[in-house]
Amino acid sequence: MPTKNMQPRDQRIDDALDTSGVRHRATLKQEWPLLALLIFVWCALWQDFSPANLIFGVIVSLVIVTLFPLPPVVLSGRINIWYCVQIFIWFIGQVFVASYQVARLAIFRGKKTRSGVIAVPLRTDSDLIVTTVGHVLTLIPGSFVIDVDRSSSTLYLHYINIESKQDMERAREAVRDIERRMIMAIGSHGEFDAIKHECGPNLMRMKGKK
Amino acid sequence: MEVFLDILVAVLLILGCLMSLIAGIGLLTFPDMLTRMHAATKPQVLGFLLIFIGLAIHLRSWAVIPVLALAWGMQLLTAPVSAHMIGRSGYRTKHAAKDSLYADELKLVVDKVSSMPATGVIEVPEEEKK
Repeated sequence: MPTKNMQPRDQRIDDALDTSGVRHRATLKQEWPLLALLIFVWCALWQDFSPANLIFGVIVSLVIVTLFPLPPVVLSGRINIWYCVQIFIWFIGQVFVASYQVARLAIFRGKKTRSGVIAVPLRTDSDLIVTTVGHVLTLIPGSFVIDVDRSSSTLYLHYINIESKQDMERAREAVRDIERRMIMAIGSHGEFDAIKHECGPNLMRMKGKK
Repeated sequence: MEVFLDILVAVLLILGCLMSLIAGIGLLTFPDMLTRMHAATKPQVLGFLLIFIGLAIHLRSWAVIPVLALAWGMQLLTAPVSAHMIGRSGYRTKHAAKDSLYADELKLVVDKVSSMPATGVIEVPEEEKK
């Protein structure tokens, strides 16, 4: 077994290949978002956010994370609330578009619908961003994730309504754009700088226009 | 005001149900399994959202909103995962009509992996790591 002092990407490959069954345990500091979510679930199901119920929720969630440990979710340590709000509003809009598109294709195209499987290599190293991009992709128009290559951060997507090479390129661009939004919202400083470098100084304005 | 809210609730509920109808039509009319997964995931998310908003207005109580938000959040988290698992296993069996795809960039990778000898250790070549 090699030493566990590695770069994030090598660490991920090591995790994926690790068949010994020994998982890295998450520390309490890494796990607080999960704890907060569990407390919210507890209180929402009781429909009671009073202090006493909150305290009991804390106890229950601590017991749960101790009894059923999960491997750590590596957060980037950077979050931009403004971009998060923007991406959420954009996402809700896209959910409406997705249903409209599926309805149009289902009713007017039916059996003649063509589709394709495309590979989209992402820029990011982070499991969290690959996962969120995959989730968002599945819920917005056109695509869903068939397979993921974790070691190279490549998503294999099934894309509906693909009839030409241009369609494929456009689909790839759309996915890279979602990844850009995600990195701007929750990506690490290094990745955010890379995006800024790629998009030039007009990052904010481009964002507003699209 | 009451009448207006009731009409709004009715419209939201009917729109939500219409989304389920669209999903059903999609399941019937789309040509193959992978395309059908689109119909099975996308309209429900919107339909759920509309029905939940309708319910929240109809019950006129703030206490139900966290429950509804939680249910919708769970839907957001689980629908893509189930679509992914069905799509992934469907792709590797005969159920996906792979001939009808316009392009297939996953085929090469799957063929390469399935032709490799089945051992416990998988070698990662240097050029794939970059």
